[in-house]
Amino acid sequence: MTLTTTPTARPAGAPAPAHGLPAGERAVGAASHTILSLWTLVIAVPLLWTVMSSFKTSREIFASPFSLPQTWRWQNYADAWTTAGIGKYFLNSVVVVACALVITMLTAAMSAYVLSRFDFPGRSLIRNLILAGLTFPIFLAVVPLFFVLQQVGLLNTLPGLIMAYSAYAYPFTVFFLLSFFEELPAEIAEAASIDGASEWRTFFQVMLPMARPGMASVAILNLVGLWNQYLLPVVLNTVPDKFVLTQGLASFSSQAGYNVNFGALFAAAVMTILPVLIVYVIFQRRLQGSVAAGSLK
Amino acid sequence: MTVIGAAPATGRRGTPRVRGRRRWTFDRISLFVVFLVLPFLGYLALVIYPFLQAAYYSLTSWSGFTATQDFIGLDNYTRLLGDDTFLKAVGNSLTLLVVVPLLTLVLSFALACLVTFGGSSTGGVRGLRGSSFYRVVSFFPYIVPAIATGIIFAAVYDPSAGLLNGILTSLGFGSAENYPWLGDASTAMAATVAVIVWTFVGFYTVLFVAAIKGIPAELFEAARLDGAGRLRTAVSIAAPSMSGAVRSAYIYLGIFALDAFVFLSVLNPGGGPQNSTLVITQQIYSTAFRQGRFGLACAMGVLLAIITFVFVGIVFAVGKIAGREKKAEVLR
Repeated sequence: MTLTTTPTARPAGAPAPAHGLPAGERAVGAASHTILSLWTLVIAVPLLWTVMSSFKTSREIFASPFSLPQTWRWQNYADAWTTAGIGKYFLNSVVVVACALVITMLTAAMSAYVLSRFDFPGRSLIRNLILAGLTFPIFLAVVPLFFVLQQVGLLNTLPGLIMAYSAYAYPFTVFFLLSFFEELPAEIAEAASIDGASEWRTFFQVMLPMARPGMASVAILNLVGLWNQYLLPVVLNTVPDKFVLTQGLASFSSQAGYNVNFGALFAAAVMTILPVLIVYVIFQRRLQGSVAAGSLK
Repeated sequence: MTVIGAAPATGRRGTPRVRGRRRWTFDRISLFVVFLVLPFLGYLALVIYPFLQAAYYSLTSWSGFTATQDFIGLDNYTRLLGDDTFLKAVGNSLTLLVVVPLLTLVLSFALACLVTFGGSSTGGVRGLRGSSFYRVVSFFPYIVPAIATGIIFAAVYDPSAGLLNGILTSLGFGSAENYPWLGDASTAMAATVAVIVWTFVGFYTVLFVAAIKGIPAELFEAARLDGAGRLRTAVSIAAPSMSGAVRSAYIYLGIFALDAFVFLSVLNPGGGPQNSTLVITQQIYSTAFRQGRFGLACAMGVLLAIITFVFVGIVFAVGKIAGREKKAEVLR
């Protein structure tokens, strides 16, 4: 749709350099704004409609997609939170994501530091194996992974899930941080060790603080990615009591069938989105900045 | 991501790096063990080892509950090649692999161009006013959990109470009344693709805006002085300078499109009308965890991995050929 409007703009754009704001210029601007506004509506309307529907009764939802709720039923949120178990799943998600995020960030930062600062035999092999984990389809690994966790008795437990989350976020995080540690001046680490700091202290007190911007960016990307993780819990964590939020939402929608409380289902969806929305509003600049930085590498 | 990672491995020899200058002290050995060896062993056990195991299981008839795994050679693979449902799923996955990246990248490139050159073209190359608002909104779907996106769009597509048919009928398209977008084999796949594209366009718009801004401003100035309009600038200047970003984006989107499990399993859990939205990953999941045929499921996984590698190889080869042609053109 964009391509059909741009050509009409071309004759206006070309022959009018440096004459204030000719009519053609304004037409191009208006057309661009129209198209971008339409796209914004395509994004926003389904989301806002979901929020509105989350306050309706099932009957109101089926009566008309547009009607406002007669009363704003906060009850739907309470129902979803307690009756459908969203509250419990929410808590599981918070525990799993928080632990996995800390473990991932710590181990990946440490490994990336060693890989970037020291030269040793096998270094490029390790790098390539970590890279391989990024390109292989996770689906190939989930079947055996199920049995690996079963053998060590961690299937259907939150610690098992935390380990799996961390292991699958590890390669991406190491690669993201490698470029940050490689750009840090090596002289500073040298200076620290000449001053008598141990290798451990050099990392924790000198190098890690300097990599803070990179750590923050990748932590946010991981936070969102881990919160949204679905495949790993569905395969490795099949006991309803231990469901994480994405799983709980899926089972709520599928077990629902016909007599489900659709208002509560929408409320559950809104509550799943809300945490990432808050993170997004606070950190959107950094998040978009790290996406942009990635494109220039 | 592949591109990002591959580059430093060859080009970093020049930087000063510690190498055997000091003895192997306890301090340094413990650092190596705790920082690299332990995390890497965990990664090997939970990520790399399962991949290798999957390759082995694919040659057995293992059901997951027997102690021994009977080696049956390539039987699983020959069975899959004669399995119409699986071949249908492969076809659908390949369709997604072609269509999803193409639509997403074209749409997000167009939007990125609007955001960057849509504004006034006098003076310096400036962005459109208020463009950050559009970027903030359109990026958001990328971080919404896919499962929630799926549930929302399953409701949007609902034949009678859905938002889409509500809007279409009120605009006067009477034929849209009660039309089952996800329940009709002719539209189910297209409707699913639309949801995936909706999710990713904003992310790649942000990426492309950054890439366009990274192009030296003099190039745009020169093009404008030569009388190039916006469309010409977009096609002849912006697009070729971004081939690296486009290639990484294509690979990333392609790998995602081959998975796409969450979206498809929420929008049409059973594979859709006449299996029109059934994909490989859904087949792997149901074969392994519903039917308990783990050997067969692993064979499917191996085929999926092979498709992924062939795809990545093709994208790199095409990028190389295109790069060579561009060079030849410049020399001429």
